[in-house]
Amino acid sequence: MADVKTFVPAPDRAPPSSAVGPIAWIRDNLFGSIGSSIATLVFFYLFFSYVPPFVEWALINANWTGSDRSVCEANAAGACWTFINVRLEQILFGLYFASNPDELWRPTLIFILFFALLLPLLFEKTPGKKWLTIALLGVFPVVFYFVVYGGYFGISQSNTTQWGGFLLTFALAFVGILLALPIGILLALGRRSELPVIRSICVIYIEFWRGTPLITILFMASVMLPLFFPAGVEFDKVVRAMIGITLFQSAYTAEAVRGGLAAIPKGQSEAAMALGLGYWRRTVFITLPQALKISIPSIVNTFIALFKDTSLVSIIGLLDLLNMAQTTARSMEWKGYDIEAFLFAGFVYWAFCYGMSRYSQNLERKLDTNRRN
Amino acid sequence: MTERTRIPLHRDPKFRALVIQILALAFVVYGFYSLFQTTVDNLVARGIQTGTSFFDEVAPFQIGFSPFFDYKLGESTYIDVFFVGIQNTILVAVLGIVAATLLGFFIGVVRLSPNWLISRGALAYIEIFRNVPLLLQIMFWNFAIFLPSLPAPKNSIEMGAFYLNARGFHTPLPVIDDSTGFALWMAMLAVLGVGLIVFARRAKVRFQETGQQLPVVWISLGAIIGGGYILYLIAGSPLIFDEPVLGRFNFKGGGQLPLPLFSLWFALTLYTAAFIAENVRAGIQSVSHGQTEASHALGLSRKDTVRLVTIPQALRVIIPPTISQYLNLTKNSSLAVAVGYEELVAVWAGITLNQTGQALVIIGMTVAVYECLSLFTSFVLNWYNKRIQLTER
Repeated sequence: MADVKTFVPAPDRAPPSSAVGPIAWIRDNLFGSIGSSIATLVFFYLFFSYVPPFVEWALINANWTGSDRSVCEANAAGACWTFINVRLEQILFGLYFASNPDELWRPTLIFILFFALLLPLLFEKTPGKKWLTIALLGVFPVVFYFVVYGGYFGISQSNTTQWGGFLLTFALAFVGILLALPIGILLALGRRSELPVIRSICVIYIEFWRGTPLITILFMASVMLPLFFPAGVEFDKVVRAMIGITLFQSAYTAEAVRGGLAAIPKGQSEAAMALGLGYWRRTVFITLPQALKISIPSIVNTFIALFKDTSLVSIIGLLDLLNMAQTTARSMEWKGYDIEAFLFAGFVYWAFCYGMSRYSQNLERKLDTNRRN
Repeated sequence: MTERTRIPLHRDPKFRALVIQILALAFVVYGFYSLFQTTVDNLVARGIQTGTSFFDEVAPFQIGFSPFFDYKLGESTYIDVFFVGIQNTILVAVLGIVAATLLGFFIGVVRLSPNWLISRGALAYIEIFRNVPLLLQIMFWNFAIFLPSLPAPKNSIEMGAFYLNARGFHTPLPVIDDSTGFALWMAMLAVLGVGLIVFARRAKVRFQETGQQLPVVWISLGAIIGGGYILYLIAGSPLIFDEPVLGRFNFKGGGQLPLPLFSLWFALTLYTAAFIAENVRAGIQSVSHGQTEASHALGLSRKDTVRLVTIPQALRVIIPPTISQYLNLTKNSSLAVAVGYEELVAVWAGITLNQTGQALVIIGMTVAVYECLSLFTSFVLNWYNKRIQLTER
């Protein structure tokens, strides 16, 4: 064979120094045009006139320690996080557990258990995800009932009227999503059913609950629910709110699952039909698993909405995270620290919702295999 | 010949479908019947007579804010309360929709700005405001910010003829002074409007025939604002402005937005704008880059590309979820109950229910109002979706 000359390209020349480096980046991204430059300057002006004073107030000058308001009054230039610090147990776990320090292990244990089950589930490569999911959705609620509500195994029964704080917010949201999921799946299947009567019943149910504001449903649950049950059957306020939230949430879950079902190609269920599978086997083994997988991001989104909406129970008088923080800020001892109370509660809600929304966006990107760009 | 085997009845799909549906229907009907029966028993046991007779009773409480209806303590009845509630719900919904749309579109567009800071700023706005419960935001603005920091009426913040204080936001209000002059002005405005429509049609025909464009939008805008004002002067200035005047306790006269309405409006706008901004961003990004490139290749200017190619296609994606956001905003306005703005849920499902105990009728009517709004929204959505489907190729 003859000598083959191979083409060896000369090494790339470095890009001109005006096109790389921080200065070029600043020029392109902050001062790309006259309008952009003006916008940048306006942004800097607004940023520096509001953010540093806020940071100074909220972090640098803030009061973190101490046990009563005299500390905060002595240093009024900073935020009073002392108050959150002193009342943290109450704001997180509610009056019952805050007033019985011996029982504090119960909510603490529950939250540790919850995160121990949940966090591994968020990673893709965790082994035994199926069992973890079953533990989280099936076993954890039972443990929650026995540990937090109590009344068995020598654990004293806690009074639900004294439930509150983040624990109550968590309980309402968790029960809402847990019970709404099966109901929602059935409703979604019903809405796609070929039987007109079943379909109409499901459509009416879904549209009814979706059309009504949650606050009206909570009013309904707290004043009308007792009328719907025979005398002698009584629910306390927390359970009533849970019923209202579940009914409301099931309609939204149904719509999320329906979106997933609609995205499954018809060939899947036709192939299953050709194999001789009946409706339930077709649904349970073929369409539903695929549909549920792709509807997880939308289910998480409805869950975020529900998590925020649990704050509405404060209007019917339950002491959830929002109401507990506010009530504490209105108590004689800590009067006048509303901003701190709202900011703290807002930060807790924000951290959870933002975390969940990031997770759902990631999942969406992962599931979206035929992306366009 | 083989004899055709008959399908046993319990395996016949048609028969099974029929039985399942009859059972489902029977179950639902029975459920409603027993619910109804226990409710009636319970009401009898509690001595509550359900009915609508309380509508005509005089409502024993005051409603401070009712801009379009006259509400008088001691004269107005419970059914008036219902209508005042609907009026106030619609009022805050309309105010909120207008403001949230403007702010939401602005932030959504800014989110896609090539300026890194501005785009990150918009992202931060969106992520903060949509991840914190709306109720918390409403209470925060009302109880933690506006109420303690706004001054008493005596020391109101002045902005021209507008005043902001701890009681609310006070504005001058135009009042008809000379009704014949006003009618004359309206008639002249109508003629101007018809003229502008004819002009727009002509301009379109001309564009289709010759390809020459007239700045229709600017001419119309100029004619409406400038011409409208000239006609107003010709008609003899038929309006006078009723300006708020400081009384002993608060401003009197003019229009006023009470502080709860102002806080609610503020919070609803900021919250809903975050969602609308996301819709706008997604809509603009959904228009593929090839469209822009193709229109540049055809020689359209950057401005015309945005106006004639990007926006019409983006709007198709933006509008449906934005209409759902409008419905959400309307439903969310019921959170007014936390700050004491007198809308439907607060005055009707709240105060009236407590006063009369007529849970069934009151909650039923409240739900019915929201269901109507929701049905109306889905009607509009279906209409819009059908319309854009027809123009799609």
